[in-house]
Amino acid sequence: MQRIAVLDYGMGNLRSVAKAIETVAPGDEVLVTADPETINNADRIVCPGQGAAADCMAALANANLVETIQQLIGTRPFMGICMGLQVLLTHSEENNGTDCIDVIPGKVNRFDHPLLDADKQRLKVPHMGWSQVNQIGHHSMWDKINDGARYYFAHSYYCVPDNNACVVGRCHYGLDFAVALAQQNVFACQFHPEKSARDGLQLLRNFMLWDGQA
Amino acid sequence: MGLAKRIIPCLDVDAGRVVKGVKFLDIRDAGDPVSVARGYNEAGADEITFLDITASSDNRDTMYDMVEQVASEVFIPLTVGGGIRAVSDVRKLLNAGADKVSINTAAVHNPELVQEAADKVGSQCIVVAIDSKSVHQEGEAPRWEIFTHGGRKPTGIDTVEWAVKMAELGAGELLLTSMDRDGTKIGFDLGVTKAVSDAVEIPVIASGGVGELAHLSDGVLKGGADAVLAASIFHFGEYSIGEAKSFMQQQGIEVRL
Repeated sequence: MQRIAVLDYGMGNLRSVAKAIETVAPGDEVLVTADPETINNADRIVCPGQGAAADCMAALANANLVETIQQLIGTRPFMGICMGLQVLLTHSEENNGTDCIDVIPGKVNRFDHPLLDADKQRLKVPHMGWSQVNQIGHHSMWDKINDGARYYFAHSYYCVPDNNACVVGRCHYGLDFAVALAQQNVFACQFHPEKSARDGLQLLRNFMLWDGQA
Repeated sequence: MGLAKRIIPCLDVDAGRVVKGVKFLDIRDAGDPVSVARGYNEAGADEITFLDITASSDNRDTMYDMVEQVASEVFIPLTVGGGIRAVSDVRKLLNAGADKVSINTAAVHNPELVQEAADKVGSQCIVVAIDSKSVHQEGEAPRWEIFTHGGRKPTGIDTVEWAVKMAELGAGELLLTSMDRDGTKIGFDLGVTKAVSDAVEIPVIASGGVGELAHLSDGVLKGGADAVLAASIFHFGEYSIGEAKSFMQQQGIEVRL
């Protein structure tokens, strides 16, 4: 039996994430927690998150989770989802600029106003709904998932990592941008696997099996 | 390939049970929201919207239980609306497992609620539901107004101006229902759908009046909608979600298959 800690800092759909993990890992224990000891004893960590960057960073700091996350890097499989991805970068443009945890060097930008597609047609922001994710390279997190499978997105900001080597998934919406990053034992995605039906559950299932290596 | 246009079945809920029945699903109890949601998920719905029509506030808590149950088993986006009056209502629904909360009448009486809620939980969680009716006379330029109380009470507020204001206050999406089309099965009011969609940067869900599949594709192609919502054509088995998607794809619309 594995123990999976879902980080609880009061920002986001923790229940959906926890329930989705319980569904794909029925024999394992899912703990929604902010307790450092419980987190340190867990085999795998999932960091969800929704809301504005400044609020998320403040909530993480309040829950004393910033240092905890930094210390977890390199120790065991860690999955960031949506804001749980964005907070891992260096800096976000949101809320007039917000410093983030800086686990993965890079920044988080807002979509252009107006955001245009190749035919100069205006695209809506937030980017909300199901878009195709193109897998970059081979990563065991993509096992049994078709390249180009659709995932559910709901965001107005996107990640621009300094080093493209960490990009394992991309999406096109007005521009090409990174939607899945992998570095050491970290896999983080902009979309919501817990809301992406079968392919989303498969990604979570893969995370439960992932050894934390590329 | 870009973003798929969404097809969203909408379910009325009273005291935590789906009402009006959903007849196509092969389930024993058509009032069980989990079974209904599971059926639509398996059928390929892109999202599910629940509208709480419970008259008594005593029964509101059953809505949270219902959302919890559905969110525990069905892993696609869930929008919940009806009876939202305060940010605490929004939070409770999100904590129960809703992904988006739809604010309707409360936004008309207290527009700042939209801003306050968006600031607290993020725009992506806040849908503003707009109930609109056409108010122009024949020969006049098209004009639409917001109505409350199930379409009975005019507010004098221009629909397009209101949509722009809601987007400015932080709505992440608009659910635009043409009250004068609701239940008519003659199709969306494409005029107001297009006018609102052109006026705002955020996604617009078209609602009210769907009677056949061509209405869904018209909502996207002529109305500029980002998603289409329907109830009866799906609930009573006239069309399946799959048929709706194949039809839209044949019309050149990108869908999630």
